[in-house]
Amino acid sequence: MNADIRPIRTQAEQAILASLATVPEGGDRLADLRRAAARSFEENGLPHRRVEEWKYTDLRSLMREAVPVAGAAAVAEADARACLLRGVEARRIVIANGAVVPELSDLADLEEGLSLTTFAAAMAAGDEVLSRIGGIVPSRYDASLALNTALARDGVVITVTPGAAIARPVHVAHVFAGGTAAAMYDRSLVVVGAGASFTYAESFEGADGLAYQANSATEFVVGDGAHLDVVRLQEEGASAFHLSTLLFDVGRDSKVHAFTFGLGAAVARTTLYATLSGEDSHVGFNGATLLKGRQHADSTLFLDHQVPGCESRELFKTVLDDSARGVFQGKIVVRQAAQKTDGRMMSRALVLGDEAEMDNKPELEIFADDVQCGHGATCGAIDDDLLFYLRARGIPKKEAQSLLVQAFVGEAVETVEHDGLREALVERAEAWLAARA
Amino acid sequence: MALLDIDNLHAKIDGEHGKEILKGLSLKVNPGEVHAIMGPNGSGKSTLSYILAGKEDYEVTDGTVTLDGEDLLEMEIDERAAKGVFLAFQYPVEVPGVATMTFLRASLNAQRKKRGEAEVSTPDFLRLVKDKAAHLGINQDMLRRGVNVGFSGGEKKRAEILQMAILEPKLCVLDETDSGLDIDALKVVSEGVNALRSPDRAMIVITHYQRLLNHIVPDFVHVMNKGRIVRSGGKELALELEANGYAEYQQDAA
Repeated sequence: MNADIRPIRTQAEQAILASLATVPEGGDRLADLRRAAARSFEENGLPHRRVEEWKYTDLRSLMREAVPVAGAAAVAEADARACLLRGVEARRIVIANGAVVPELSDLADLEEGLSLTTFAAAMAAGDEVLSRIGGIVPSRYDASLALNTALARDGVVITVTPGAAIARPVHVAHVFAGGTAAAMYDRSLVVVGAGASFTYAESFEGADGLAYQANSATEFVVGDGAHLDVVRLQEEGASAFHLSTLLFDVGRDSKVHAFTFGLGAAVARTTLYATLSGEDSHVGFNGATLLKGRQHADSTLFLDHQVPGCESRELFKTVLDDSARGVFQGKIVVRQAAQKTDGRMMSRALVLGDEAEMDNKPELEIFADDVQCGHGATCGAIDDDLLFYLRARGIPKKEAQSLLVQAFVGEAVETVEHDGLREALVERAEAWLAARA
Repeated sequence: MALLDIDNLHAKIDGEHGKEILKGLSLKVNPGEVHAIMGPNGSGKSTLSYILAGKEDYEVTDGTVTLDGEDLLEMEIDERAAKGVFLAFQYPVEVPGVATMTFLRASLNAQRKKRGEAEVSTPDFLRLVKDKAAHLGINQDMLRRGVNVGFSGGEKKRAEILQMAILEPKLCVLDETDSGLDIDALKVVSEGVNALRSPDRAMIVITHYQRLLNHIVPDFVHVMNKGRIVRSGGKELALELEANGYAEYQQDAA
């Protein structure tokens, strides 16, 4: 039954449509993309539970409030807000309320082989690199990405020239620094040339009391033989709405690793798309999500194996306290040509709260006949025998639980290669555990 | 005053229809003494050890247990450990992701904190572990690994004794420490236990076999059957059991 019944537009949809009216007519390919995205939203609106990809994250009912698009942030306020990953030695860019804040961003003295500009500047200059935007097109309408494409005005555009090894990570700090709830959109593009290596970190944060809405999307184009590490820390304010999309176009013999760490927001959805379009590449998507109270967080992955001989590995860990809800959806598609594909996907949840809920939906769609693909999902409480063992040695219950949760999350966090970033994430997990009442 | 005083202890498996396992067990253990508890399978030996350690799967329906005159049954699991109760597990669990060193340190410092003592400094702790581990043939690699992860049966038992040596408990309860050990491992483990014998420390050694008691020589031997101690004697009782088996006690209890 696919009857399309949606005569009534919600208040949030109407407000978003009003924002979309500002998407300009005329112009280049990018302008066409933006208008097409706006039109697709007009046609489809916010997805709801009858849309398979959003089954467990019913955006239409979760996103009730409509908030205006955020205005420019005050520099001092943005600076005060941007706290995450500050101790990590990295080139730091601050995006506040959807726009790069040049005063807080390290845009000069670029290493040889690294080019970095703002999305707004690249658009104004008609930079040719922007032709890479929209390279990966989701097979189904994705409201979060469509809104981002239509409404994002700024972000970062990074190019790493072929063969360059950029040791120092670029850290893009996304902050909401407004006084009242607002929506913000940012779009970034990272092109890693053949044989180059690069580490890209992102953080997301904002005030706790404001129901602001963040929508961020980053596209990665990974050249042949390149090595890309992406580390992402989402600690949005407790009332915030976080929608984000990461898209990867993965070239031959390359290695792509992404780690998403989610602690914040009232409602969060992160979607990762990877198109494996070059042979013998390796993609590792790992993540950890720690939720409490009534938080809702959704990690959704789409891996499209188009060519032979690629490997993909996914390990996602979710810890659910109180009445939090976690969602993991992972779909691996293996095209007919993609023989010798090796794909493994695993989602594990540790449930601490009596009212917590985890929804796991792994999917395999295999059209080739010589592949190795597997998926698994587990969901359980802390093992009483382990807890008893630790307590029998004198470790108090809370501390014993923390050690076991840390160990559970640690298996995923350990996949982060960069020492400074990994240590920073471990420290955030410890802080989360310490804050458990 | 006895270090441990168990009086008329009755306990059942938790739950509405939980089976009664201990049916009026009494035992007094003084500092410095080593008591062996022997008995057939299902006599309640392991249950006794779990109840002393505070495992939550059992319900005490009658009787008392005191440690240094304090009500042990009222204490939390970790509180018992801090007061000096140590259970060497029959089947030590694997704790992936928690390094043995981290675990040892967290245990020691948690106990010290509860007793109002200062935490051990890093150099002192490392020295302590290195010294004790060497005697038990535990290498650095094992200490770096997750607790008991990938350890053989013998390594797990040695790791238990290492924990015991570091935590220096007042009352050691060894639950079938000999199970799964070959003769060489049995010797190493027994030497480790004997090194911890002291006038201030008592031990309860639970075993099926007399073999372990050749290495860890007890002051008293008790025969347990159907949830009670049915006979007590000196170390010679173990030899008698080895020769005659438990049959006569099992018939008596019918």
